[in-house]
Amino acid sequence: MSREIGEVILDLKNVSLAFGGVKALTDISFDVREHEIRAIIGPNGAGKSSMLNVINGVYRPQQGEIVLRGRRFARMNPYKAAQAGISRTFQNIALFKGMSVIDNIMTGRNLKIRTNLLLQALWWGPARREELAHRAKVEEVIDFLEIQHIRKTPVGRLPYGLQKRVDLGRALAMEPSILLLDEPMAGMNVEEKQDMCRFILDVNDQFGTTIVLIEHDMGVVMDISDRVVVLDYGKKIGDGDPDAVRSNPEVVSAYLGAGH
Amino acid sequence: MGFFVETLIGGLMAGMLYSLVALGFVLIFKASGVFNFAQGAMVLFAALAMARFAVWIPGWLGIDNALLGNILAFLAAGGLMFAVAWVIERLVLRHLVNQEGATLLMATLGIAYILEGLGTSIFGSDIYKIDIGMPKDPVMILEGTFEGGLLINKEDFVAALIAAVLVGLLTLFFQKTSTGRALRAVADDHQAAQSIGIPLNRIWVIVWCVAGVVALVAGVIWGSKLGVQFSLATVALRALPVVILGGLTSVPGAILGGLIIGVGEKLSEVYLGPHIGGGIEIWFSYQLALVFLLFRPQGLFGEKIIDRV
Ligand SMILES: Nc1ncnc2c1ncn2[C@@H]1O[C@H](COP(=O)(O)OP(=O)(O)O)[C@@H](O)[C@H]1O
Ligand SMILES: [Mg+2]
Repeated sequence: MSREIGEVILDLKNVSLAFGGVKALTDISFDVREHEIRAIIGPNGAGKSSMLNVINGVYRPQQGEIVLRGRRFARMNPYKAAQAGISRTFQNIALFKGMSVIDNIMTGRNLKIRTNLLLQALWWGPARREELAHRAKVEEVIDFLEIQHIRKTPVGRLPYGLQKRVDLGRALAMEPSILLLDEPMAGMNVEEKQDMCRFILDVNDQFGTTIVLIEHDMGVVMDISDRVVVLDYGKKIGDGDPDAVRSNPEVVSAYLGAGH
Repeated sequence: MGFFVETLIGGLMAGMLYSLVALGFVLIFKASGVFNFAQGAMVLFAALAMARFAVWIPGWLGIDNALLGNILAFLAAGGLMFAVAWVIERLVLRHLVNQEGATLLMATLGIAYILEGLGTSIFGSDIYKIDIGMPKDPVMILEGTFEGGLLINKEDFVAALIAAVLVGLLTLFFQKTSTGRALRAVADDHQAAQSIGIPLNRIWVIVWCVAGVVALVAGVIWGSKLGVQFSLATVALRALPVVILGGLTSVPGAILGGLIIGVGEKLSEVYLGPHIGGGIEIWFSYQLALVFLLFRPQGLFGEKIIDRV
Protein backbone atom coordinates (compact mmCIF):
# COMPACT_ATOMS: atom_id res chain seq x y z
CA MET A 1 0.00 0.00 0.00
CA SER A 2 1.22 3.45 -0.90
CA ARG A 3 -0.22 5.25 2.10
CA GLU A 4 1.74 5.60 5.33
CA ILE A 5 -0.17 5.38 8.56
CA GLY A 6 0.61 8.50 10.55
CA GLU A 7 0.16 10.04 13.98
CA VAL A 8 -2.97 9.89 16.10
CA ILE A 9 -5.41 12.35 14.53
CA LEU A 10 -8.52 11.57 16.57
CA ASP A 11 -8.42 10.53 20.20
CA LEU A 12 -11.46 9.56 22.26
CA LYS A 13 -10.98 9.72 25.98
CA ASN A 14 -13.21 8.02 28.56
CA VAL A 15 -16.44 8.62 26.69
CA SER A 16 -19.64 7.68 28.50
CA LEU A 17 -23.10 8.21 27.07
CA ALA A 18 -26.48 7.26 28.53
CA PHE A 19 -30.06 7.70 27.35
CA GLY A 20 -32.04 7.87 30.55
CA GLY A 21 -31.22 4.56 32.20
CA VAL A 22 -29.73 2.96 29.09
CA LYS A 23 -25.96 3.08 29.10
CA ALA A 24 -25.08 3.21 25.43
CA LEU A 25 -21.35 3.76 26.01
CA THR A 26 -19.33 3.21 29.17
CA ASP A 27 -15.90 4.75 29.56
CA ILE A 28 -14.71 4.13 26.01
CA SER A 29 -11.24 5.22 24.92
CA PHE A 30 -9.55 4.58 21.62
CA ASP A 31 -7.62 6.46 19.01
CA VAL A 32 -7.54 6.76 15.25
CA ARG A 33 -4.36 7.32 13.29
CA GLU A 34 -4.04 9.42 10.18
CA HIS A 35 -4.69 7.53 6.91
CA GLU A 36 -5.78 4.31 8.61
CA ILE A 37 -8.99 2.33 8.24
CA ARG A 38 -10.31 1.81 11.73
CA ALA A 39 -13.26 -0.53 12.19
CA ILE A 40 -15.78 -0.61 15.02
CA ILE A 41 -17.54 -3.94 15.41
CA GLY A 42 -19.89 -5.51 17.90
CA PRO A 43 -23.34 -7.12 18.18
CA ASN A 44 -26.54 -5.14 17.60
CA GLY A 45 -27.11 -2.49 20.24
CA ALA A 46 -23.46 -2.56 21.30
CA GLY A 47 -23.18 1.21 20.91
CA LYS A 48 -21.36 1.45 17.57
CA SER A 49 -23.64 4.03 15.99
CA SER A 50 -23.70 5.96 19.25
CA MET A 51 -19.92 6.09 19.08
CA LEU A 52 -19.94 7.63 15.59
CA ASN A 53 -22.67 10.02 16.68
CA VAL A 54 -20.48 11.16 19.54
CA ILE A 55 -17.52 11.70 17.23
CA ASN A 56 -19.40 14.10 14.96
CA GLY A 57 -21.40 15.68 17.76
CA VAL A 58 -24.87 14.38 17.00
CA TYR A 59 -24.85 13.01 20.55
CA ARG A 60 -23.24 14.77 23.51
CA PRO A 61 -21.59 12.33 25.90
CA GLN A 62 -22.09 12.92 29.62
CA GLN A 63 -18.42 12.26 30.18
CA GLY A 64 -15.23 12.22 28.22
CA GLU A 65 -13.69 14.32 25.52
CA ILE A 66 -12.70 14.25 21.91
CA VAL A 67 -9.24 15.37 20.86
CA LEU A 68 -9.05 16.17 17.18
CA ARG A 69 -5.60 17.05 15.84
CA GLY A 70 -4.58 18.12 19.32
CA ARG A 71 -7.67 20.29 19.83
CA ARG A 72 -9.94 19.27 22.70
CA PHE A 73 -13.68 19.28 22.23
CA ALA A 74 -15.76 18.75 25.35
CA ARG A 75 -18.85 19.60 23.31
CA MET A 76 -18.71 18.72 19.64
CA ASN A 77 -21.57 19.56 17.30
CA PRO A 78 -22.19 18.35 13.76
CA TYR A 79 -21.48 21.72 12.21
CA LYS A 80 -18.16 22.11 14.02
CA ALA A 81 -17.25 18.56 13.12
CA ALA A 82 -17.96 19.24 9.45
CA GLN A 83 -15.83 22.37 9.57
CA ALA A 84 -13.02 20.34 11.12
CA GLY A 85 -13.06 17.98 8.14
CA ILE A 86 -15.21 15.14 9.45
CA SER A 87 -17.90 13.84 7.15
CA ARG A 88 -20.14 10.83 7.53
CA THR A 89 -22.81 8.52 6.23
CA PHE A 90 -25.76 7.28 8.24
CA GLN A 91 -26.95 3.79 9.10
CA ASN A 92 -30.47 4.69 8.01
CA ILE A 93 -29.61 6.56 4.85
CA ALA A 94 -30.28 10.24 5.44
CA LEU A 95 -30.27 11.59 1.91
CA PHE A 96 -32.40 14.53 0.86
CA LYS A 97 -35.23 12.51 -0.64
CA GLY A 98 -36.78 15.17 -2.80
CA MET A 99 -33.54 16.11 -4.54
CA SER A 100 -31.67 14.57 -7.45
CA VAL A 101 -28.44 12.62 -7.04
CA ILE A 102 -26.36 15.51 -8.31
CA ASP A 103 -28.10 18.04 -6.03
CA ASN A 104 -27.62 15.77 -3.04
CA ILE A 105 -23.93 15.51 -3.73
CA MET A 106 -23.73 19.26 -4.41
CA THR A 107 -24.97 19.95 -0.88
CA GLY A 108 -21.73 18.34 0.30
CA ARG A 109 -19.90 21.37 -1.17
CA ASN A 110 -21.78 23.77 1.08
CA LEU A 111 -18.90 24.60 3.41
CA LYS A 112 -16.62 25.37 0.49
CA ILE A 113 -18.90 27.98 -1.01
CA ARG A 114 -17.46 31.46 -0.77
CA THR A 115 -19.75 33.77 -2.73
CA ASN A 116 -22.39 35.41 -0.60
CA LEU A 117 -26.13 35.19 -0.73
CA LEU A 118 -26.53 38.45 -2.61
CA LEU A 119 -24.23 37.40 -5.44
CA GLN A 120 -26.01 34.06 -5.63
CA ALA A 121 -29.42 35.69 -5.70
CA LEU A 122 -28.36 37.95 -8.54
CA TRP A 123 -26.79 34.97 -10.33
CA TRP A 124 -23.74 37.21 -10.62
CA GLY A 125 -20.56 36.18 -12.46
CA PRO A 126 -18.47 35.05 -9.48
CA ALA A 127 -21.36 33.06 -8.01
CA ARG A 128 -22.02 31.38 -11.34
CA ARG A 129 -18.37 30.54 -11.87
CA GLU A 130 -18.13 29.11 -8.39
CA GLU A 131 -21.23 27.01 -8.96
CA LEU A 132 -19.62 25.57 -12.10
CA ALA A 133 -16.36 24.81 -10.31
CA HIS A 134 -18.22 22.92 -7.57
CA ARG A 135 -20.26 21.10 -10.16
CA ALA A 136 -17.05 19.93 -11.83
CA LYS A 137 -15.83 18.62 -8.50
CA VAL A 138 -19.12 16.82 -7.98
CA GLU A 139 -18.84 15.24 -11.41
CA GLU A 140 -15.48 13.83 -10.33
CA VAL A 141 -17.14 12.22 -7.32
CA ILE A 142 -19.88 10.86 -9.57
CA ASP A 143 -17.32 9.35 -11.94
CA PHE A 144 -15.35 7.92 -9.05
CA LEU A 145 -18.44 6.14 -7.70
CA GLU A 146 -19.58 5.08 -11.17
CA ILE A 147 -23.05 6.57 -10.88
CA GLN A 148 -23.10 8.71 -14.03
CA HIS A 149 -26.24 6.96 -15.26
CA ILE A 150 -28.35 8.13 -12.29
CA ARG A 151 -27.06 11.70 -11.97
CA LYS A 152 -30.46 13.32 -12.48
CA THR A 153 -32.61 10.74 -10.70
CA PRO A 154 -34.41 11.79 -7.50
CA VAL A 155 -32.71 9.73 -4.79
CA GLY A 156 -36.01 8.51 -3.35
CA ARG A 157 -36.49 6.38 -6.47
CA LEU A 158 -33.14 4.60 -6.30
CA PRO A 159 -32.68 1.08 -4.98
CA TYR A 160 -31.13 0.80 -1.54
CA GLY A 161 -27.62 -0.13 -2.66
CA LEU A 162 -27.35 2.90 -4.94
CA GLN A 163 -28.70 5.19 -2.23
CA LYS A 164 -25.88 4.05 0.00
CA ARG A 165 -23.45 4.93 -2.75
CA VAL A 166 -24.95 8.42 -3.16
CA ASP A 167 -24.74 8.87 0.61
CA LEU A 168 -21.02 8.13 0.34
CA GLY A 169 -20.79 10.54 -2.59
CA ARG A 170 -22.26 13.39 -0.58
CA ALA A 171 -19.75 12.71 2.20
CA LEU A 172 -16.87 12.58 -0.30
CA ALA A 173 -17.89 15.87 -1.91
CA MET A 174 -16.88 17.51 1.36
CA GLU A 175 -13.31 16.35 0.73
CA PRO A 176 -13.09 15.17 4.33
CA SER A 177 -9.91 14.28 6.13
CA ILE A 178 -11.87 11.84 8.32
CA LEU A 179 -14.77 9.83 6.96
CA LEU A 180 -17.21 8.04 9.29
CA LEU A 181 -19.17 5.21 7.68
CA ASP A 182 -22.05 3.58 9.54
CA GLU A 183 -22.65 0.14 8.05
CA PRO A 184 -22.02 1.17 4.45
CA MET A 185 -22.62 -2.36 3.19
CA ALA A 186 -25.65 -3.39 5.22
CA GLY A 187 -28.42 -4.84 3.09
CA MET A 188 -26.24 -5.18 0.00
CA ASN A 189 -25.69 -8.24 -2.16
CA VAL A 190 -22.22 -9.69 -2.65
CA GLU A 191 -21.47 -7.76 -5.79
CA GLU A 192 -22.57 -4.43 -4.30
CA LYS A 193 -20.47 -5.15 -1.25
CA GLN A 194 -17.42 -5.77 -3.40
CA ASP A 195 -17.97 -2.46 -5.18
CA MET A 196 -18.36 -0.62 -1.90
CA CYS A 197 -15.20 -2.23 -0.50
CA ARG A 198 -13.30 -1.14 -3.55
CA PHE A 199 -14.56 2.46 -3.21
CA ILE A 200 -13.60 2.58 0.46
CA LEU A 201 -10.12 1.26 -0.22
CA ASP A 202 -9.68 3.64 -3.17
CA VAL A 203 -10.76 6.66 -1.12
CA ASN A 204 -8.31 5.70 1.56
CA ASP A 205 -5.55 5.01 -0.90
CA GLN A 206 -5.97 7.82 -3.41
CA PHE A 207 -6.99 10.68 -1.12
CA GLY A 208 -5.35 9.46 2.09
CA THR A 209 -8.67 9.84 3.88
CA THR A 210 -8.80 8.42 7.40
CA ILE A 211 -11.77 6.10 7.70
CA VAL A 212 -13.75 4.98 10.73
CA LEU A 213 -16.04 2.18 9.68
CA ILE A 214 -18.83 0.23 11.33
CA GLU A 215 -19.45 -3.11 9.67
CA HIS A 216 -21.17 -6.38 10.48
CA ASP A 217 -19.60 -8.57 7.85
CA MET A 218 -16.55 -9.96 9.65
CA GLY A 219 -14.91 -11.09 6.45
CA VAL A 220 -15.01 -7.57 5.07
CA VAL A 221 -13.80 -6.05 8.32
CA MET A 222 -10.83 -8.36 8.61
CA ASP A 223 -9.94 -7.75 4.97
CA ILE A 224 -9.93 -4.01 4.78
CA SER A 225 -9.24 -2.57 8.22
CA ASP A 226 -5.93 -1.76 9.82
CA ARG A 227 -7.18 -1.88 13.39
CA VAL A 228 -10.45 -2.92 15.01
CA VAL A 229 -12.31 -1.80 18.15
CA VAL A 230 -14.83 -4.26 19.55
CA LEU A 231 -17.79 -3.04 21.59
CA ASP A 232 -20.29 -5.11 23.54
CA TYR A 233 -23.08 -3.68 25.71
CA GLY A 234 -21.43 -0.28 25.51
CA LYS A 235 -18.08 -1.50 26.78
CA LYS A 236 -14.85 -1.92 24.87
CA ILE A 237 -13.84 -5.58 24.93
CA GLY A 238 -11.14 -5.63 22.30
CA ASP A 239 -8.82 -3.35 20.35
CA GLY A 240 -6.02 -4.18 17.97
CA ASP A 241 -5.16 -5.47 14.54
CA PRO A 242 -7.62 -7.90 12.93
CA ASP A 243 -5.67 -11.04 13.83
CA ALA A 244 -5.30 -10.08 17.47
CA VAL A 245 -9.00 -9.28 17.72
CA ARG A 246 -10.01 -12.51 16.03
CA SER A 247 -8.09 -14.57 18.56
CA ASN A 248 -9.31 -12.59 21.57
CA PRO A 249 -11.46 -15.03 23.61
CA GLU A 250 -13.73 -12.31 24.99
CA VAL A 251 -14.54 -11.16 21.47
CA VAL A 252 -15.21 -14.68 20.31
CA SER A 253 -17.61 -15.35 23.16
CA ALA A 254 -19.43 -12.03 22.70
CA TYR A 255 -20.06 -12.92 19.10
CA LEU A 256 -21.05 -16.49 19.87
CA GLY A 257 -23.21 -15.33 22.78
CA ALA A 258 -25.06 -12.87 20.57
CA GLY A 259 -25.71 -15.60 18.06
CA HIS A 260 -23.39 -14.33 15.33
CA MET B 1 -70.31 33.64 -19.61
CA GLY B 2 -68.44 36.93 -19.76
CA PHE B 3 -69.40 37.67 -16.18
CA PHE B 4 -68.24 34.27 -14.99
CA VAL B 5 -64.85 34.65 -16.67
CA GLU B 6 -64.55 38.13 -15.25
CA THR B 7 -65.15 36.82 -11.74
CA LEU B 8 -62.75 33.98 -12.36
CA ILE B 9 -59.98 36.33 -13.44
CA GLY B 10 -60.66 38.58 -10.47
CA GLY B 11 -60.34 35.53 -8.22
CA LEU B 12 -57.09 34.38 -9.80
CA MET B 13 -55.60 37.84 -9.38
CA ALA B 14 -56.61 38.04 -5.73
CA GLY B 15 -55.43 34.47 -5.23
CA MET B 16 -51.94 35.24 -6.47
CA LEU B 17 -51.35 37.35 -3.37
CA TYR B 18 -52.53 34.55 -1.12
CA SER B 19 -50.09 32.30 -2.94
CA LEU B 20 -47.29 34.72 -2.21
CA VAL B 21 -48.05 34.98 1.50
CA ALA B 22 -48.59 31.22 1.71
CA LEU B 23 -45.18 30.70 0.15
CA GLY B 24 -43.51 32.63 2.97
CA PHE B 25 -45.43 30.46 5.37
CA VAL B 26 -44.48 27.17 3.70
CA LEU B 27 -40.80 28.11 3.56
CA ILE B 28 -40.68 28.67 7.29
CA PHE B 29 -42.56 25.46 7.95
CA LYS B 30 -40.31 23.42 5.70
CA ALA B 31 -37.09 24.81 7.09
CA SER B 32 -37.93 24.76 10.77
CA GLY B 33 -41.22 22.95 11.34
CA VAL B 34 -42.69 26.17 12.72
CA PHE B 35 -46.32 26.92 11.96
CA ASN B 36 -45.93 30.67 11.71
CA PHE B 37 -48.95 32.39 13.14
CA ALA B 38 -47.05 35.68 13.02
CA GLN B 39 -47.25 35.90 9.22
CA GLY B 40 -50.32 38.17 9.42
CA ALA B 41 -48.71 40.42 12.00
CA MET B 42 -45.61 40.62 9.82
CA VAL B 43 -47.72 41.87 6.91
CA LEU B 44 -49.28 44.52 9.12
CA PHE B 45 -45.94 45.53 10.61
CA ALA B 46 -44.29 45.80 7.20
CA ALA B 47 -47.18 47.81 5.78
CA LEU B 48 -47.10 50.18 8.75
CA ALA B 49 -43.37 50.66 8.32
CA MET B 50 -43.77 51.34 4.61
CA ALA B 51 -46.61 53.81 5.14
CA ARG B 52 -44.77 55.79 7.81
CA PHE B 53 -41.31 55.68 6.25
CA ALA B 54 -42.82 57.00 3.02
CA VAL B 55 -43.78 60.11 4.98
CA TRP B 56 -40.88 60.33 7.41
CA ILE B 57 -37.91 59.69 5.14
CA PRO B 58 -38.74 62.39 2.56
CA GLY B 59 -39.28 64.71 5.54
CA TRP B 60 -35.90 63.93 7.08
CA LEU B 61 -34.00 64.15 3.83
CA GLY B 62 -35.99 66.95 2.28
CA ILE B 63 -36.95 64.94 -0.81
CA ASP B 64 -40.09 65.77 -2.68
CA ASN B 65 -39.91 63.19 -5.43
CA ALA B 66 -42.66 60.68 -4.61
CA LEU B 67 -41.03 57.79 -6.45
CA LEU B 68 -37.67 58.24 -4.73
CA GLY B 69 -39.43 58.60 -1.38
CA ASN B 70 -41.31 55.33 -1.96
CA ILE B 71 -38.17 53.48 -3.02
CA LEU B 72 -36.26 54.62 0.06
CA ALA B 73 -39.22 53.76 2.29
CA PHE B 74 -39.44 50.31 0.72
CA LEU B 75 -35.73 49.67 1.27
CA ALA B 76 -35.91 50.89 4.86
CA ALA B 77 -38.95 48.73 5.57
CA GLY B 78 -37.16 45.78 3.96
CA GLY B 79 -34.14 46.39 6.18
CA LEU B 80 -36.43 46.53 9.19
CA MET B 81 -38.00 43.17 8.24
CA PHE B 82 -34.50 41.65 7.97
CA ALA B 83 -33.71 42.97 11.42
CA VAL B 84 -36.95 41.46 12.72
CA ALA B 85 -36.00 38.09 11.18
CA TRP B 86 -32.60 38.21 12.80
CA VAL B 87 -33.99 39.12 16.21
CA ILE B 88 -36.63 36.38 16.04
CA GLU B 89 -33.98 33.77 15.28
CA ARG B 90 -31.66 35.06 18.02
CA LEU B 91 -34.15 35.56 20.80
CA VAL B 92 -36.78 32.94 20.08
CA LEU B 93 -36.10 30.14 17.62
CA ARG B 94 -32.56 29.40 18.67
CA HIS B 95 -33.74 28.62 22.17
CA LEU B 96 -36.63 26.45 21.11
CA VAL B 97 -34.92 23.96 18.78
CA ASN B 98 -36.31 20.48 19.08
CA GLN B 99 -39.31 21.62 21.09
CA GLU B 100 -42.82 20.35 20.45
CA GLY B 101 -44.79 21.83 17.55
CA ALA B 102 -47.29 23.30 20.03
CA THR B 103 -44.54 25.19 21.88
CA LEU B 104 -43.25 26.69 18.66
CA LEU B 105 -46.76 27.63 17.62
CA MET B 106 -47.31 29.45 20.91
CA ALA B 107 -44.00 31.22 20.39
CA THR B 108 -45.14 32.53 17.01
CA LEU B 109 -48.41 33.69 18.59
CA GLY B 110 -46.24 35.60 21.04
CA ILE B 111 -44.21 37.05 18.19
CA ALA B 112 -47.46 38.12 16.51
CA TYR B 113 -48.63 40.03 19.60
CA ILE B 114 -45.25 41.67 20.07
CA LEU B 115 -45.08 42.74 16.42
CA GLU B 116 -48.61 44.17 16.54
CA GLY B 117 -47.85 46.02 19.77
CA LEU B 118 -44.49 47.25 18.59
CA GLY B 119 -45.97 48.28 15.23
CA THR B 120 -48.65 50.45 16.76
CA SER B 121 -46.35 51.99 19.35
CA ILE B 122 -43.66 52.94 16.84
CA PHE B 123 -45.84 53.81 13.89
CA GLY B 124 -49.12 54.81 15.56
CA SER B 125 -52.54 53.27 15.25
CA ASP B 126 -54.26 55.53 12.72
CA ILE B 127 -55.31 54.31 9.34
CA TYR B 128 -52.56 55.19 6.90
CA LYS B 129 -52.42 55.31 3.16
CA ILE B 130 -49.75 53.81 0.96
CA ASP B 131 -49.62 55.56 -2.38
CA ILE B 132 -47.27 53.86 -4.79
CA GLY B 133 -49.15 55.10 -7.81
CA MET B 134 -51.16 51.96 -8.51
CA PRO B 135 -53.57 52.47 -11.43
CA LYS B 136 -57.05 52.66 -9.99
CA ASP B 137 -59.27 52.60 -13.08
CA PRO B 138 -60.60 49.38 -14.59
CA VAL B 139 -60.08 48.46 -18.23
CA MET B 140 -62.18 46.59 -20.72
CA ILE B 141 -60.51 43.69 -22.53
CA LEU B 142 -61.47 41.00 -25.06
CA GLU B 143 -64.44 42.97 -26.29
CA GLY B 144 -64.41 40.84 -29.45
CA THR B 145 -64.63 37.50 -27.66
CA PHE B 146 -67.14 38.26 -24.95
CA GLU B 147 -70.27 40.27 -25.31
CA GLY B 148 -69.64 43.58 -23.64
CA GLY B 149 -66.01 42.65 -22.96
CA LEU B 150 -64.37 41.78 -19.62
CA LEU B 151 -63.94 44.40 -16.97
CA ILE B 152 -60.51 43.98 -15.39
CA ASN B 153 -59.30 45.89 -12.39
CA LYS B 154 -55.90 47.29 -13.35
CA GLU B 155 -54.71 47.55 -9.77
CA ASP B 156 -55.44 43.89 -9.12
CA PHE B 157 -53.72 43.00 -12.35
CA VAL B 158 -50.52 44.85 -11.46
CA ALA B 159 -50.62 43.37 -7.96
CA ALA B 160 -51.02 39.84 -9.29
CA LEU B 161 -48.21 40.40 -11.75
CA ILE B 162 -45.85 41.58 -9.01
CA ALA B 163 -46.80 38.64 -6.80
CA ALA B 164 -46.34 36.17 -9.67
CA VAL B 165 -42.92 37.58 -10.54
CA LEU B 166 -41.80 37.38 -6.92
CA VAL B 167 -43.06 33.81 -6.58
CA GLY B 168 -41.20 32.92 -9.78
CA LEU B 169 -37.96 34.55 -8.62
CA LEU B 170 -38.10 32.84 -5.24
CA THR B 171 -38.70 29.47 -6.88
CA LEU B 172 -35.71 30.02 -9.16
CA PHE B 173 -33.59 31.07 -6.21
CA PHE B 174 -34.38 27.88 -4.34
CA GLN B 175 -33.81 25.67 -7.37
CA LYS B 176 -30.66 27.24 -8.75
CA THR B 177 -28.47 28.63 -5.99
CA SER B 178 -26.40 26.86 -3.39
CA THR B 179 -28.28 28.60 -0.59
CA GLY B 180 -31.52 27.37 -2.12
CA ARG B 181 -30.14 23.86 -2.18
CA ALA B 182 -29.04 24.15 1.43
CA LEU B 183 -32.53 25.24 2.34
CA ARG B 184 -34.12 22.28 0.61
CA ALA B 185 -31.62 20.05 2.36
CA VAL B 186 -32.58 21.42 5.76
CA ALA B 187 -36.25 20.97 4.89
CA ASP B 188 -35.62 17.28 4.10
CA ASP B 189 -33.39 16.26 7.00
CA HIS B 190 -32.09 18.59 9.71
CA GLN B 191 -29.53 16.20 11.06
CA ALA B 192 -27.98 15.22 7.75
CA ALA B 193 -27.92 18.88 6.72
CA GLN B 194 -26.00 19.85 9.83
CA SER B 195 -23.60 16.97 9.40
CA ILE B 196 -22.53 18.24 6.01
CA GLY B 197 -21.94 21.68 7.43
CA ILE B 198 -25.14 23.55 6.72
CA PRO B 199 -25.73 25.95 9.62
CA LEU B 200 -29.39 25.70 10.65
CA ASN B 201 -29.38 29.12 12.29
CA ARG B 202 -28.34 30.86 9.11
CA ILE B 203 -30.97 29.03 7.09
CA TRP B 204 -33.64 30.05 9.59
CA VAL B 205 -32.63 33.70 9.38
CA ILE B 206 -32.80 33.44 5.61
CA VAL B 207 -36.30 31.94 5.51
CA TRP B 208 -37.59 34.51 7.98
CA CYS B 209 -36.03 37.25 5.84
CA VAL B 210 -37.78 35.84 2.80
CA ALA B 211 -41.04 35.70 4.76
CA GLY B 212 -40.35 39.32 5.74
CA VAL B 213 -39.93 40.40 2.12
CA VAL B 214 -43.05 38.50 1.16
CA ALA B 215 -44.92 40.21 4.01
CA LEU B 216 -43.64 43.60 2.89
CA VAL B 217 -44.70 43.16 -0.73
CA ALA B 218 -48.11 41.81 0.28
CA GLY B 219 -48.44 44.55 2.88
CA VAL B 220 -47.67 47.27 0.37
CA ILE B 221 -50.10 45.89 -2.19
CA TRP B 222 -52.97 45.31 0.24
CA GLY B 223 -52.16 48.50 2.09
CA SER B 224 -52.35 50.51 -1.11
CA LYS B 225 -55.70 48.97 -1.92
CA LEU B 226 -57.38 48.78 1.49
CA GLY B 227 -55.43 51.28 3.58
CA VAL B 228 -53.02 50.28 6.31
CA GLN B 229 -55.05 49.23 9.30
CA PHE B 230 -55.28 46.49 11.83
CA SER B 231 -57.46 44.28 9.65
CA LEU B 232 -54.54 43.75 7.24
CA ALA B 233 -53.28 41.12 9.65
CA THR B 234 -56.51 39.17 9.26
CA VAL B 235 -56.48 39.45 5.48
CA ALA B 236 -53.01 37.95 5.51
CA LEU B 237 -54.10 35.20 7.87
CA ARG B 238 -56.43 34.01 5.13
CA ALA B 239 -53.28 32.54 3.67
CA LEU B 240 -53.26 29.99 6.51
CA PRO B 241 -56.14 27.98 5.08
CA VAL B 242 -54.37 28.19 1.73
CA VAL B 243 -51.48 26.36 3.27
CA ILE B 244 -53.70 23.65 4.70
CA LEU B 245 -55.30 23.27 1.30
CA GLY B 246 -51.99 23.05 -0.54
CA GLY B 247 -50.17 20.91 1.98
CA LEU B 248 -47.88 22.44 4.58
CA THR B 249 -44.66 21.43 2.91
CA SER B 250 -45.46 22.00 -0.73
CA VAL B 251 -44.41 25.09 -2.67
CA PRO B 252 -46.55 24.25 -5.73
CA GLY B 253 -49.34 23.47 -3.27
CA ALA B 254 -49.09 26.94 -1.74
CA ILE B 255 -49.27 28.56 -5.16
CA LEU B 256 -52.17 26.47 -6.41
CA GLY B 257 -53.95 26.67 -3.06
CA GLY B 258 -53.79 30.46 -3.17
CA LEU B 259 -55.34 30.53 -6.61
CA ILE B 260 -58.09 28.07 -5.65
CA ILE B 261 -59.01 30.09 -2.60
CA GLY B 262 -58.91 33.36 -4.50
CA VAL B 263 -61.26 31.98 -7.16
CA GLY B 264 -63.46 30.19 -4.61
CA GLU B 265 -63.94 33.36 -2.59
CA LYS B 266 -64.97 35.45 -5.55
CA LEU B 267 -67.23 32.85 -7.15
CA SER B 268 -69.01 32.03 -3.93
CA GLU B 269 -69.42 35.70 -3.08
CA VAL B 270 -71.01 36.35 -6.45
CA TYR B 271 -73.08 33.20 -6.91
CA LEU B 272 -73.87 32.11 -3.36
CA GLY B 273 -73.79 35.51 -1.72
CA PRO B 274 -77.28 36.58 -2.86
CA HIS B 275 -78.77 33.39 -1.40
CA ILE B 276 -77.04 33.05 1.94
CA GLY B 277 -76.00 36.60 2.64
CA GLY B 278 -72.83 38.51 1.80
CA GLY B 279 -69.44 38.50 3.45
CA ILE B 280 -68.65 34.98 2.32
CA GLU B 281 -65.13 36.09 1.39
CA ILE B 282 -64.28 36.40 5.05
CA TRP B 283 -64.94 32.81 6.01
CA PHE B 284 -64.89 30.90 2.72
CA SER B 285 -61.22 29.91 2.87
CA TYR B 286 -61.59 28.62 6.42
CA GLN B 287 -64.57 26.47 5.42
CA LEU B 288 -62.69 24.99 2.50
CA ALA B 289 -59.71 24.27 4.73
CA LEU B 290 -62.00 22.59 7.23
CA VAL B 291 -63.37 20.30 4.56
CA PHE B 292 -59.82 19.41 3.55
CA LEU B 293 -58.82 18.75 7.14
CA LEU B 294 -61.66 16.25 7.36
CA PHE B 295 -61.06 14.42 4.11
CA ARG B 296 -57.51 15.04 3.05
CA PRO B 297 -55.49 16.36 5.98
CA GLN B 298 -52.21 16.30 4.09
CA GLY B 299 -53.61 18.82 1.59
CA LEU B 300 -53.37 18.63 -2.18
CA PHE B 301 -49.63 18.09 -2.39
CA GLY B 302 -48.42 17.52 1.14
CA GLU B 303 -46.79 14.30 2.20
CA LYS B 304 -49.15 11.76 3.63
CA ILE B 305 -49.27 12.09 7.39
CA ILE B 306 -48.79 8.69 8.94
CA ASP B 307 -48.89 8.52 12.68
CA ARG B 308 -46.73 5.77 14.01
CA VAL B 309 -48.25 4.06 17.01
N1 LIG C 1 -31.36 8.37 20.36
C1 LIG C 1 -31.44 7.35 21.24
N2 LIG C 1 -32.35 7.39 22.25
C2 LIG C 1 -32.43 6.36 23.13
N3 LIG C 1 -31.65 5.29 23.11
C3 LIG C 1 -30.73 5.19 22.14
C4 LIG C 1 -30.58 6.21 21.15
N4 LIG C 1 -29.58 5.85 20.31
C5 LIG C 1 -29.14 4.66 20.75
N5 LIG C 1 -29.82 4.26 21.85
C6 LIG C 1 -29.60 3.04 22.61
O1 LIG C 1 -28.21 2.89 22.82
C7 LIG C 1 -27.82 1.54 22.65
C8 LIG C 1 -26.77 1.44 21.56
O2 LIG C 1 -27.37 1.72 20.31
P1 LIG C 1 -26.55 1.89 18.96
O3 LIG C 1 -25.43 2.82 19.21
O4 LIG C 1 -27.51 2.25 17.90
O5 LIG C 1 -26.00 0.41 18.74
P2 LIG C 1 -25.38 -0.27 17.44
O6 LIG C 1 -25.16 0.76 16.41
O7 LIG C 1 -24.13 -0.90 17.94
O8 LIG C 1 -26.36 -1.31 17.01
C9 LIG C 1 -29.09 0.75 22.34
O9 LIG C 1 -29.56 0.19 23.54
C10 LIG C 1 -30.02 1.80 21.85
O10 LIG C 1 -31.36 1.45 22.12
MG1 LIG D 1 -25.92 0.97 14.51
